[in-house]
Amino acid sequence: MIAEIGHFALVLALCVALVQAVVPLVGAGRGNAAWMNVAGPAATLQFLFIAVAFGALTNAYVTSDFSLMNVAQNSHTDKPMLYKVAGVWGNHEGSLLLWITILALFGFAVTLFGRNLPPGLKSRALAVQAMISVGFLAFILLTSNPFARLEPPPVNGQGLNPMLQDPGLAFHPPFLYLGYVGFSMAFSFAIAALLEGRVDAAWARWVRPWTLAAWVFLTAGIVLGSWWAYYTLGWGGWWYWDPVENASFMPWLAGTALLHSAIVVEKRDALKSWTILLAIVAFGLSLLGTFLVRSGVLTSVHAFATDPARGVFILLLLCAAVGGSLTLYAARAPAMKMGGLFAPVSREGALLLNNVLMATGAATVLLGTLYPLIADALNLGKVSVGPPFFNAVFLPLMAPMVLVMAAAPMMSWKRGDLAGVLGRLKFIAALALGVAMLVWFLQGGSAGPWWTGAGFALAVWLGLGTLWDLTERIGLFSRPAGALARAAKLPNSAWGMVLGHFGLAVFIVGLTASSAWTTEHIQSQKLGETILVGGFGVTLKSVDQVPGPNYTATRATFEISRDGKAIDVMTPEKRMYRQPPRPTTTASIRSGFTGDLYVVIGDPDPKGGWVTRLYFNPCIPWLWAGSLLLIIGGLISLADRRHRVGAPTRAASAAAKA
Amino acid sequence: MRRILYVLPVVVFTVLALFFLKGLTLNPRDIPSVLIDRPVPEMSLAPLPGRGEGSGLATKDLKGRVSLVNIFGSWCISCVQEHPTLMEIKRRGDAPIHGIDWRDDPVAGAAWLKKSGDPYERVGIDPPPGRTAVDFGVTGAPESFIVDKAGVIRYKHVGPISPEIWSKTLLPIIRQLEKAP
Repeated sequence: MIAEIGHFALVLALCVALVQAVVPLVGAGRGNAAWMNVAGPAATLQFLFIAVAFGALTNAYVTSDFSLMNVAQNSHTDKPMLYKVAGVWGNHEGSLLLWITILALFGFAVTLFGRNLPPGLKSRALAVQAMISVGFLAFILLTSNPFARLEPPPVNGQGLNPMLQDPGLAFHPPFLYLGYVGFSMAFSFAIAALLEGRVDAAWARWVRPWTLAAWVFLTAGIVLGSWWAYYTLGWGGWWYWDPVENASFMPWLAGTALLHSAIVVEKRDALKSWTILLAIVAFGLSLLGTFLVRSGVLTSVHAFATDPARGVFILLLLCAAVGGSLTLYAARAPAMKMGGLFAPVSREGALLLNNVLMATGAATVLLGTLYPLIADALNLGKVSVGPPFFNAVFLPLMAPMVLVMAAAPMMSWKRGDLAGVLGRLKFIAALALGVAMLVWFLQGGSAGPWWTGAGFALAVWLGLGTLWDLTERIGLFSRPAGALARAAKLPNSAWGMVLGHFGLAVFIVGLTASSAWTTEHIQSQKLGETILVGGFGVTLKSVDQVPGPNYTATRATFEISRDGKAIDVMTPEKRMYRQPPRPTTTASIRSGFTGDLYVVIGDPDPKGGWVTRLYFNPCIPWLWAGSLLLIIGGLISLADRRHRVGAPTRAASAAAKA
Repeated sequence: MRRILYVLPVVVFTVLALFFLKGLTLNPRDIPSVLIDRPVPEMSLAPLPGRGEGSGLATKDLKGRVSLVNIFGSWCISCVQEHPTLMEIKRRGDAPIHGIDWRDDPVAGAAWLKKSGDPYERVGIDPPPGRTAVDFGVTGAPESFIVDKAGVIRYKHVGPISPEIWSKTLLPIIRQLEKAP
């Protein structure tokens, strides 16, 4: 019964979304306030209906209602409660329901926080938001109904893929979707702006915090997924350039570019049509990710059960949303007024240069991801594009971006002084070169890859350059007396920038060191045998069978020693889940400042002993720390009170004058 | 000139969309099997409990008749989707189907067939890590192979068999092979 209510609520939500997509739009075109005002209540109502549907499916999972096909195929009574709940979005239908729930939540947020938005802009944006809703609700109801019944209901469910039964992965999809769907906000407002033919600072002030919020969530989602891959796949890697990883990375790149170009729109009233294009592209790439995962056009570890009918439907959605908006862009953007002019060497110029590099990076990733599909379609044979392509093409594009990143915040708007900025950074540059040489010397010259020095130099240049800019702003060395007070007065967005850029520098250290210097020992290890890995002695002490809630584990106990003294015990596991019966690997990881000791137990060796894989992964914690700094930087910047107060008051006073 | 720049994004997208449309008709998992036109790999698999002595699957069992060898497992969700089609093939007597219960618990495999119906003539157990399936070049379940009278693999199908795939693709191949001496 509850499931039928959920299904019915989705149908009602579709009806409301249809009204919300049409009436406010027509109202805004005719200047009819009553019609425009339909948007707010409709968005609220739509959110309520979808929330009911989401609640109904969650209820079915929590109570293990196997009369629902979706629950029977993806859940099991043995599963811990966390994974019963996470099971809601661990499948195609449920994850779409989560997608649309978040979309409706954002629409609701516009009505909550956007009271002072210009009414025309707000009603148009909500209408666009509703159009996306209509597409996805129809998709769910017509091809992917999560509430389909199963007759007769099975005694128990088939269980969730045990690889997905992990806390990191339980929260990975919600964060990722908050990011993907969050870009719909920028998208809807971009379309609304194109319809109005006007982009101004008030527009940018509204779009910036929402883009930033989406970006923070997307970053968190990608990092969670990457962290999960690192500790569950058992190969010590954290990024594989898998099509679906790329599908999340492309909107991240476009979103990062959008975040920065929106600053230029807000502060300088320039780069307007470029920013609009980025808003469309960021959300378009999010939709593309949805298409790639669910249509089966590419092979990936993430692929859901695929069905050609679904593929055609999502392709139609993608064409309507992206094709439609880009056509609108082609028609309306040229008429938009050009904003403030700036010299090539200026903060705007630097931001634009990095925008272009980032967009090129996203295009490269797109090309590499789609190339197998393109080659197949043109009968050039079956190919796969792997990490060598991406590393060789993408990373060199990012190096100049990092070079500019340290200098850009020091440039002034409109016309910058390149020589002056470089003069202020000359000590940092010298230090970076020194570090590069030191790294080269420490790794034994050409005994390691040539690019380690470059990676570390870039990290030092960006990290210290960012900190140096901060000390200059607060006058830490020139006027130390009031430095603390001045630091406290810096706006949150400045602190967010410092943390974010510094976080990227920390990340680059982790990226460079872990890519270059990982050591790997794979062998058959006998009980009591010690192997030396990254300066640690790793001794296999015992291997036992241990029961878990819904699996049996083969648990190895390793004693870790340093300089002959026992310092720790590590217990990696190989688990055999009961339902569905699948093996998984749980690595044991001992993190330290210089890197991770990463231990995996494999199969028994018929000749006695066990196959063990032991890694030392240098500086991996720096990756997570850097990512965390990016996220914290975003959050701090989000808390800037100008984001909360600025746009509405200005918009309100402008409306009052009009 | 400037106008062309604004049109460029939609042009690029249109080209991509055309590729996607074409991509929907292609199957990226359809990797040509190196085993096509090679004899079935050497195997001698034990029967499922409760299916009777001598009902396992060995290489010699695949000679003499054209048959379908289906890789399945009680854990495999797509196999559930495929199962009614296999039952229908058995009911109509189109061709003999042999199963390889891959990386499965034999008890769970037998229980699953008992509960949902057993379309197979012979079923062999390929216990974890599933070496026989690896010899067949299996990348996932379900996968099915058409084996001719001489015990040579002639066709490989990846993914669940739908009634359309059966009647339009697989059955014509089987009929063709049956005509051969």
